[in-house]
Amino acid sequence: MKIENAIEVQDVSMCFNLSREKVDSIKEYVIKALKRQLFYEEFWALNDISFEIKKGDSVGLVGMNGSGKSTMLKIIAGVLKPTKGTVETTGTIAPMIELGAGFDHDLTARENIFLNGALIGYSQEMLEERFEDIISFAGLERFVDVPIKNFSSGMLARLGFSIATIVDADILIIDEILSVGDYQFQNKCKKRIREMMDRNTTVLFVSHSIEQVKEICKKAIWIDRGHVRMMGEAEEVCDAYEDPREKE
Amino acid sequence: MSFISVFVKYRALIDQLVMRDIKTKYRRSVLGLVWTVLNPLLMMAVLSIVFSYFFSRYGSIENFPVYLLCGQLIFNFFNESTSISMGSIIHSGELIKKVYVPKYLFPITKVLSSSVNLLSSVIALVIVMVVTRARVTPTVLLAVFPLLYVFLFSVGVSLFLAAAAVSFRDLLHLYGVLTTAWMYLTPVIYPMEILEGAPKWVTLIVNINPLTAFIKIFRCVVLEGVTAPAVLHIQSLIWCGIALLIGSFVFRKAQDTFILKI
Repeated sequence: MKIENAIEVQDVSMCFNLSREKVDSIKEYVIKALKRQLFYEEFWALNDISFEIKKGDSVGLVGMNGSGKSTMLKIIAGVLKPTKGTVETTGTIAPMIELGAGFDHDLTARENIFLNGALIGYSQEMLEERFEDIISFAGLERFVDVPIKNFSSGMLARLGFSIATIVDADILIIDEILSVGDYQFQNKCKKRIREMMDRNTTVLFVSHSIEQVKEICKKAIWIDRGHVRMMGEAEEVCDAYEDPREKE
Repeated sequence: MSFISVFVKYRALIDQLVMRDIKTKYRRSVLGLVWTVLNPLLMMAVLSIVFSYFFSRYGSIENFPVYLLCGQLIFNFFNESTSISMGSIIHSGELIKKVYVPKYLFPITKVLSSSVNLLSSVIALVIVMVVTRARVTPTVLLAVFPLLYVFLFSVGVSLFLAAAAVSFRDLLHLYGVLTTAWMYLTPVIYPMEILEGAPKWVTLIVNINPLTAFIKIFRCVVLEGVTAPAVLHIQSLIWCGIALLIGSFVFRKAQDTFILKI
């Protein structure tokens, strides 16, 4: 791995099994298994994807629904293992693939901060020290000891974002999260992401909002049906992506 | 990364997950954590009354309540920890899909949260021993060995079940039946002498049964005040080794495909 790179993706392919047929009985199962009729169909979500992201870069992933963007992010975050190829990353990753994935809805906001923080890999001392900052950024001072099942989705997203960004990770992965919360909180999030970028955090950003990609990212990668269609400056790639002539 | 260093790194997470289990289990109940002690006490009381009064055969056992509680403590821990761990991967599906966490932490934290209940049951046992004026000898300290054995055995079985249940959900329903059968093949509520008239294969199963060995050792040191025969310790260790080996092997093999199946 080159020293200047934060993420190196090499020939990554990802295959999923789509279960097409329903097998209802054991008899049918045995017959199918004996005849070697696969009741799964392969689906290649990603095909030979390769790219490199330099440290401190901000890269947007654009593409249609189902083009494989989120799959790519999950592979980089280490959640999925690619069927083929390798992904190498340096430093800590703050994955914000879905905010508050590790929340337990019966616990209070306070308890969830410690649980979720531990999931991301923070130490308990650090969480205690930065507890006030987390709560105040999320604007939840009055609801610290309320079970989060009573929270609105916006409040949950605020809490999740606040926990995930309380320390600078080397790589920040953001999947469609700026679409939640009101505009005020969105602006707060963007400001914090910029601050982290200024401190040399590498950002990987997925959004359907081309404006947001242009606003936040310097570079962009366009993924189309599992292939890299275009890679380069954010403006250029986004314009090409939006160009009606490019669409079939 | 080695197993140990991962464990150290995720220490805080393990603490948090265990705490979460205990908190959510007793949240909004008036007595809260007291239930962990009260539950085995009440169960023991019910079974003691039923078995020592209605079946006079069992009158031969000295201090039946303690005898019973020793067996229950070991068996219930095994039953509870493995039953909960079995669904741990399936129920953590949402999390596993979104954040990278070593997956074996989920079954292991479930066994650890059950261990908290086990410790409470030990308190219940102490209470019963004091009330029944049981003879206490220094061998009681050796009780850590059978407890350690049943813990290790449960970890192994839990890893296996958690991985297997992802592919074969039927296990979730079948396991309850299996553990019921297992309980009757373990001398929890009956004395070993009852097996004298039983068919040979039954006696054989009961004797091979790892839980029988753990319980026998536990009763030796707690109830009878003698050290257990070495053969029981060897048998226990072999079972722990087998369970841990198979469990971790199956789990490692299967863990990368969990996300595709949950």
